[in-house]
Amino acid sequence: MSPPPSPPSNTAPSPPSNTAPSAVETAAAVRAGTRSARQTVEQHLEAIARRESDIHAFNTVLADEARAAADAVDHKVAMGQDPGPLAGVTVALKDNMCTRGIPTTCSSKILEGWRPPYDATVVERIVRAGGIVVGKTNLDEFAMGSSTENSAFGPTRNPHDVTKVPGGSSGGSAAAVAAGFASLAIGSDTGGSIRQPAALCGVVGMKPTYGLVSRYGLIAFASSLDQIGPFAATVADAALLLEVIAGHDPLDTTSIPESGPRLVDQLSQGVDGLRVGVVQELMNGVDADVAARVNEAADALSAAGAKVDTASVPAAIYGLSAYYLIAPAEASSNLARYDGVRYGLRVPGDDITSTYMRTRAAGFGAEVKRRIMLGTYALSAGYYDAYYGQAQRVRTLIIRDFTAAYEHFDVLLSPTSPTTAFAFGAKSENPLAMYLSDVCTIPSNLAGHPAISVPFGAGDDGLPVGVQVMAPALGEPVMFRAAAALERGAPGSSSAATAAGR
Amino acid sequence: MPERISPADVAHVARLARLDISDDEIELFAEQLAAVLEHADDVAALETAGVPVTAHPIPLQNVFREDVERPSLDRDEVLAMAPAAEDGRFRVPRILGEAP
Repeated sequence: MSPPPSPPSNTAPSPPSNTAPSAVETAAAVRAGTRSARQTVEQHLEAIARRESDIHAFNTVLADEARAAADAVDHKVAMGQDPGPLAGVTVALKDNMCTRGIPTTCSSKILEGWRPPYDATVVERIVRAGGIVVGKTNLDEFAMGSSTENSAFGPTRNPHDVTKVPGGSSGGSAAAVAAGFASLAIGSDTGGSIRQPAALCGVVGMKPTYGLVSRYGLIAFASSLDQIGPFAATVADAALLLEVIAGHDPLDTTSIPESGPRLVDQLSQGVDGLRVGVVQELMNGVDADVAARVNEAADALSAAGAKVDTASVPAAIYGLSAYYLIAPAEASSNLARYDGVRYGLRVPGDDITSTYMRTRAAGFGAEVKRRIMLGTYALSAGYYDAYYGQAQRVRTLIIRDFTAAYEHFDVLLSPTSPTTAFAFGAKSENPLAMYLSDVCTIPSNLAGHPAISVPFGAGDDGLPVGVQVMAPALGEPVMFRAAAALERGAPGSSSAATAAGR
Repeated sequence: MPERISPADVAHVARLARLDISDDEIELFAEQLAAVLEHADDVAALETAGVPVTAHPIPLQNVFREDVERPSLDRDEVLAMAPAAEDGRFRVPRILGEAP
């Protein structure tokens, strides 16, 4: 590969990293027998050995398992068998995806040491496709947070600047890709937990349409919002991983009864004539340098042939408030299962009730307790209609406004995060300030729509900026085409590639 | 508009949620939850008469499968991860008041 052109001043910085090929290139080379899966895995394990102590992307590194899986892929290639579309590609899994016999903690003390008796569907599909799982990544406890500072096992640091947070809740997955620890990563996104850390770490992160990817084996946070999605250094790599994990699964009753979309071979189609709307409501309260990059991204799409205009989704301004009633309400119900009976921590009490109360007090961190109480309150008698019911009606209004906008536009554009990566401690004492990190990403979760964050230059502080592309339900093909065009038009040709050291 | 959440409300809610919390935590959470709920006042105040609720963003009809036997998780493997198990079952503290 030729070296990237020398970057202009607003290009995202490149953390010291490996010079691995993309996931698409790796899979092609391993399948063709010109590169071994083992060699690929060793390269990533070396990167982990070099920098993981500074970054803390992982709760568990699976070095021996990864080597064995790579050898199995190489053996298949040698025997003339099809090793699958992800042959030899390294993948990091957020530690809220169940992996049979391998600790799955949700970065919580309440699940420390628990080894699930089954694999999540996404894990099965990745392994069947020849992907190599290199480890389980750190997160905000139970995916509740926007900085990974809520992990019971200590925060992850941003590979671009270790004094800054990587975002969250999937901060470990974002950092693993940004630092070259894995070519790909899996995250979960309830209010922006894939896209916001992707933006802050200068990588691509994508939340699929609700129901497109099976959640069987994803430990539940807020069931009407949670989706699993890919992280990658490039848009094409994210598309490759989504193709592998998408599609109907009878084990998840919210799974859409359709096969997954074809994406990778459509990325070069371009955006000529595509109608792109910049959502005005999501530009308010955003840092000036971030807003400037979004406007430049719109210009880049315009230069590529898209028709760009301003768009309006008026009810989006209520998204944050509605989300912080709905998500905690659902979480308070989902997390009732951690009672010290069937798995995880038990702190014995005098009777069953005091055992529940002591176990949960000792096992959950402050943010998880806060959200359980907020949700319990929002669902309690006398408040249900004013808070939870009202938030669900606002959700309808947001969907209506998106539907109206999509009569005029094929995709919508906004910042992913209102700021670049912030310092540790900057927001951890003020929950509401932290919640505001998700103001641009939440509307897509409430609507169940797909959205992707693409790196686009840097802020005044030199840290990466992410631009979000949104599309209507099952609009992944057109959304990925727009994302690929954004990537081609980004400063320095592709800040995603430079973030991975390529 | 709902009233501001009080420390007594927080203590009550913690009890409902089966969370043992300290007096210090009650004070802190009362303050922090009030800030979040105050932010939600805009939602609580919206005129939404006639707007239906959305509980699930992608409408799916009832999902059925054939009623066919299939293997479930291995009992011993599941119980091996429990805090306490006995005779093929989860063992819990007694749930009734009287002595065993």
